[in-house]
Amino acid sequence: MTTQPTAVTAPIIGSTRAFDIARIRADFPILKLDVAGKPLVYLDNAASSQMPQQVIDRLVRYQTTEHANINRAVHYLSETATTEYEAARRKLQRFINAREEREVIFTSGTTDGINLVMQGWGRKFIGAGDEIILTVLEHHSNIVPWQMLAAEKGATIRVVPMNDAGELLIGAYEALFNERTRLVAVGHISNALGSINPVKQMIAFAHTCGVPVLVDGAQAAPHLAVDVQDLDCDFYAFSGHKMCGPTGIGVLYGRAVLLEQMQPFKGGGDMIRSVTFEETTYNTIPHKFEAGTPPIAAAIGLGAAVDYLSSIGMPAIAMHEHELLRRATQQMSDLPGVRVIGTARHKAGVLSFTVDGIHPHDVGTLLNLEGVAVRTGHHCAQPLMKRLGVAATSRASFAFYNSVSEVDALIAGIRSVQKVFA
Amino acid sequence: MADYKALYQEVILDHNRKPRNYGVLEHPSHHAEGLNPLCGDHISVALNLDRECIDCIAFQGESCAICKASASMMTAAVKGKSRGDAETLIQEFLAMATGKLDLDGPNHIGRLAVFAGVRDLPTRVKCAILPWHTLHAAFNSVASTSTEAQEDPMHAPIGNA
Repeated sequence: MTTQPTAVTAPIIGSTRAFDIARIRADFPILKLDVAGKPLVYLDNAASSQMPQQVIDRLVRYQTTEHANINRAVHYLSETATTEYEAARRKLQRFINAREEREVIFTSGTTDGINLVMQGWGRKFIGAGDEIILTVLEHHSNIVPWQMLAAEKGATIRVVPMNDAGELLIGAYEALFNERTRLVAVGHISNALGSINPVKQMIAFAHTCGVPVLVDGAQAAPHLAVDVQDLDCDFYAFSGHKMCGPTGIGVLYGRAVLLEQMQPFKGGGDMIRSVTFEETTYNTIPHKFEAGTPPIAAAIGLGAAVDYLSSIGMPAIAMHEHELLRRATQQMSDLPGVRVIGTARHKAGVLSFTVDGIHPHDVGTLLNLEGVAVRTGHHCAQPLMKRLGVAATSRASFAFYNSVSEVDALIAGIRSVQKVFA
Repeated sequence: MADYKALYQEVILDHNRKPRNYGVLEHPSHHAEGLNPLCGDHISVALNLDRECIDCIAFQGESCAICKASASMMTAAVKGKSRGDAETLIQEFLAMATGKLDLDGPNHIGRLAVFAGVRDLPTRVKCAILPWHTLHAAFNSVASTSTEAQEDPMHAPIGNA
């Protein structure tokens, strides 16, 4: 687990370490694109990352030589596809250091994973008068499912506040616990501000109260080494497309004992052991939660993506992205009229900012003219925007394949936006 | 890629800096609120109809430059016009923003043609048309409108956005 500040803020000595940015960039064909006649500077990685040739090739190989439905037929292709699908599960298990591969459920993404916990665990174990703890930093996908459950059951949502820097107030968090607290759902890294939340500490406290914790890891899994055993989390959800994999695939890690207690959410093929019109017995985990034909190619592609990330090394990735963030934050702070939103001490490669007198949408449109892709808007975190007192921000978010010169292009782009409005 | 830097030409930047008819109208005969929930743009339009003629009009709100300039130029364009002429202009503006208006054909767009480039920016079309939506809603005494509302009579034309 690298939420410890020492792990992510260690200085980079020189830039010629094993981290060869030119070689890494060469792996990503899309980075060669021109946009508006300028080289693409892709800084919207928190929304979705790009795919290296190695993953693209793996998808092509699967579709070209390995595809059939899994867990069904005895023929060659079905066995090959099944073997590769389950091999991908083992790769994901190792990537997050889960104890057992059956604790790794393939979902369609983080949102799907959170909804699975809401439907399968929440609807069974959360009732009238019970309380669910969320934080003000959450993405809508870690708010709305719990609101739906609370409305259905008569439960209450409690919200952990933050300070102006975007750091959760841990004293206030601990004070929210009482005998009705049933679940904590917290983002590992804020998608809007980049704050790395002290989830390990929060989980440890929740467990002293006997409360399980779901971690929304959508922004963390691509950017730091995740160890679910070290975190001791009960559920951990993340998405493939934010970590160089395809869309439509994600993972829900769940502690085996909890997954076994859960009701399946979707009924269908693959998730059953036997079916009669009188009764159905469910399959074991993880298959109990994977009804129907899963996105086989996408799962295998995600397996290739974690192979690729591991070949670079998550600590090296975190270190490079931190250097980009440090440089961008410093240069942006030096720009008159530009305000960095979110100044937590522990941050991942997300930089939200506002430019005085210029709406974020205008900033985004004009940066696009410079080839620079950023996200503008409320970042699916409207309660957070309200807390910050802004309607929207612009957000640059870095990946390991971004270069220092792309940071400089962002800064130059912001200057040119200011010139248009001067 | 379209040359949409033209969208940020001086006339639009000028209306953004010094919006015309910006403020509150006391006791309007018609008013409406417009909201684009996707970006948080929010404007209100208030007007006084005197025998079907727009006697005075004002707008207020928080929005991007495209939306604010569009609102400013809209209020300048429809002030003194009949409700019918304003409705025609609304339809023409919506058609232009979604690329469905022949600018070389007969129309009343005039200086508003500076917004034509927005048709190449699907994510920004809604910014430009929000004020026009809101004006339409005000005429019809719809208390509030949204670029995302299903029941919005203007929803269909911006479906391409």
